[in-house]
Amino acid sequence: MNLSVNKGEVISLIGPSGSGKSTFLRVLMGLLPPTAGEVRIDGGAIDYRSRPQLRAMRDRMAIVFQQYNLFQNMDVLRNVTIAPIKIKKRPRADVEREATALLLKVGLAEKHHAYPDELSGGQQQRVAIARALALKPEILLLDEVTAALDPELVTEVLDTIRSLASEGITMLIVSHEMAFVREVSTRVVMMDKGQVVEIGSPAEIFGSPKEARTREFVGKILRH
Amino acid sequence: MWDRIVQEAPDFFTYYNAIFVLQAMGRTLALTVIGCVAGFIFGFAIAAIRSTRARALLPLRLLVTVYVEIFRRIPFLVILFIVMFGIQAVSRGISLFAIALISICMVSTAFMSEIIRAGMESVPKMQREAAEAMNFGFMRTLLLVILPQAWKVILPPGFAFMVMFIKDTALVSQMGVVELAFTGKMFVGRGFSPFLVYGTVLAGYFVMSYPLSRLGAYLENRLATSRSRESIQRVWTGPGPVQSEPVGEQG
Repeated sequence: MNLSVNKGEVISLIGPSGSGKSTFLRVLMGLLPPTAGEVRIDGGAIDYRSRPQLRAMRDRMAIVFQQYNLFQNMDVLRNVTIAPIKIKKRPRADVEREATALLLKVGLAEKHHAYPDELSGGQQQRVAIARALALKPEILLLDEVTAALDPELVTEVLDTIRSLASEGITMLIVSHEMAFVREVSTRVVMMDKGQVVEIGSPAEIFGSPKEARTREFVGKILRH
Repeated sequence: MWDRIVQEAPDFFTYYNAIFVLQAMGRTLALTVIGCVAGFIFGFAIAAIRSTRARALLPLRLLVTVYVEIFRRIPFLVILFIVMFGIQAVSRGISLFAIALISICMVSTAFMSEIIRAGMESVPKMQREAAEAMNFGFMRTLLLVILPQAWKVILPPGFAFMVMFIKDTALVSQMGVVELAFTGKMFVGRGFSPFLVYGTVLAGYFVMSYPLSRLGAYLENRLATSRSRESIQRVWTGPGPVQSEPVGEQG
């Protein structure tokens, strides 16, 4: 597949289950090596066998997982601050001040000392978003962040992401929330069987798809 | 039997015999404590090695796996004699106690490594992945994320193993190390009533192992409840908004 992302873009990946959307994000995050092809950042190809290169790449990105994956042994504040403090070696006071602001932004200002298992799914996912933002990523990857949530809790998470999109942070979103994708994306990528079927603006993909596969998929999804 | 115990007691409970038994108890305790501490340290190292995935470490992984599988399957007594004859073939200058200690460490390492590995594997894989995505290295992932969550799974079988291990150290009396069980054999050999002698030995083992089980139970309890207790306090004393949001919907 061939896809280039420009700074400030919000790109959504859509497609049926097993089409390789999540795998694509994991390759970008350096969690999986690509079986073929290459990933380039600022024009330079990443060598997945080189640890320093992988680390440098991960350093510029952050990912939010479908299952939140908050560290169960740490409270909310520590979940958000641990990587900036321990890995990026930034001063604790600065990091904690920023974390407080981030938690306020995702609407969890009063939950600093709650543990993940005391929070609802939607709250956990918002903490996970704050944790990713605390890393100050150039690119934020969101992997089906609402798929594990109860329908009522989806809105709170989507609202959070919507406000990020309006701030101009570069994002790659894998989502099945078509209305949301349509609203926030600058471009939409339709994937199937590990291949890019079509890339276009939301209006093109949802309004007048060129490919038969896209038409079929979008038609099915929008009908229900 | 009772008459004989009462009659022999003054001769048995003398100052020198007491010192002798206490010294033997000290040796049993040393074997256990050093064995368990070494077992924990080396067992942790083995568990950590076995959790790596790098291809370069494959030979090392294979080696420690073979070690663990072999040493968990040979009876302790057999290991004792293999180590004893092995060491004595090389050097005669090493004390029996040191040989016993080495054997004990080898066995406890094998068992503890499996207990620790099981604990580490109880932590969901995704936790590791989240850490990896944030550039935690191998050791940071282990120390900051995996181990703190693995503790409550490691502790109960860990302490059960240590308590069992106190008793297993009795086997080193077979190679002539003067520890608690050995003193029993010796006093009976001197003609004291076996009930009196082994009653004392029994009391000695109990005094050592009971506090250890209590400590284990205490730690387990603390680990299991510390967080929920903390959160209960927060619910009771915390500010109002804490309870105003929906809780309980897990995805």
